Parts: sequence; C-alpha cells; structure tokens
Amino acid sequence: MNIDIIFKIAAIGIIVTVLNQVLIHSGREEQAMMVTLAGIVVVLMMVMNMISNLFNAIKTIFQLY
Amino acid sequence: MEIFQIVIIGIIVMIILTILRETSPEIAVVLSLTTGIIIFLIMIPKLSSVIEVLNILAKKSGIDNVYFTTTLKIIGIAYITEFGSQLCIDANEKSLASKIELAGKIMIIFLSIPIIIALMETIVSIMP
Repeated sequence: MNIDIIFKIAAIGIIVTVLNQVLIHSGREEQAMMVTLAGIVVVLMMVMNMISNLFNAIKTIFQLY
Repeated sequence: MEIFQIVIIGIIVMIILTILRETSPEIAVVLSLTTGIIIFLIMIPKLSSVIEVLNILAKKSGIDNVYFTTTLKIIGIAYITEFGSQLCIDANEKSLASKIELAGKIMIIFLSIPIIIALMETIVSIMP
C-alpha cells in the first residue's frame, strides 16, 4: 500500500491554505472560498476510490452482503 | 514488521494534522480518513488469514455455519460503525456520531434476532 496519497493530501491542504490567506488579505473573500471548495473537491475525488475499496474489502472479509 | 510501518505512518500523519488542523480543518478530516483506510488496507491480509483459521475451526467443531457468519457480520458492523462515528467526532459532529452508533446497534440487534430466537427455543424445549 503506497502512502503517497497522504503527502499529496497534505500538500494540497497547505497550498490551499496559503492561497486562501493570500486571497483574503488582498480582499477577495469570494475567490478564497472558491479555492477552499475546489481543494476539498479535488481531495474528495482522490479519496473516493479508496473509500469504495475499503467498503468492498470489509464486505468481503466480514461477509456483509 | 508491519507494525513499525503503521506506527511511523501514524506519527507522520499526526505531525501533518497538527499543522493542517488549525488552518484548514476540512482537509484535515479527509486526511485522517485516508490514514484510517490505509492502515486498515495494510492489515487486511493478516485479518483475512485469521478469519480463515476461525472458519476452519468452526467447521471442525460442527457449529452451525449461520452462527459463525452472524458473529463475523456483527464484528464487521461494529468496526465500520466505530470508523464512521470516530470520524464524525474528529470533525466535532458529536450528535451525528451518536446517530451512526445508534444505527449500528440497531443493525446488530437485527442480525442477532435468529440467534436470540434459537436460544429461546432451546430454553423452552428444556423447560418441563
């Protein structure tokens, strides 16, 4: 299992935070919110596959059909 | 040993989470979810071999297969419920967490109804 995705998510979080601060200090609150939202959507798209994998694994191991 | 791998992953994620928690809590929640998934996916091969051995033992001892499968299902429901509710508690949604736990308890009772009925029938047949 590769743990690259953890570092990817951490990097996205830090970048989004920096962009958020820059945009808020230059007086563009709406665009700052859009950046935060885009970051969340990107991260969720990355994680969605893994959530589905986890649920499938639990279903097969514990025979929950 | 995988345990060192898991502990190191946990420490690294803990350090990252302390940075992210103050600045962007929404991504911190997703990160902790991902870490939980990765740790479980690392443990899957060992868990499945343990369950395989338990299955063989249950077959040898002649227990009805329904009971073993039900127990396994209950363990699975308990694990997944705990996973979801802890995630909700991390995101400061305690009421949602308690609702998830309630749903898990109801599902467990629903699954254990056949066992309860079998137990009651045994007791009734023993009574004179």
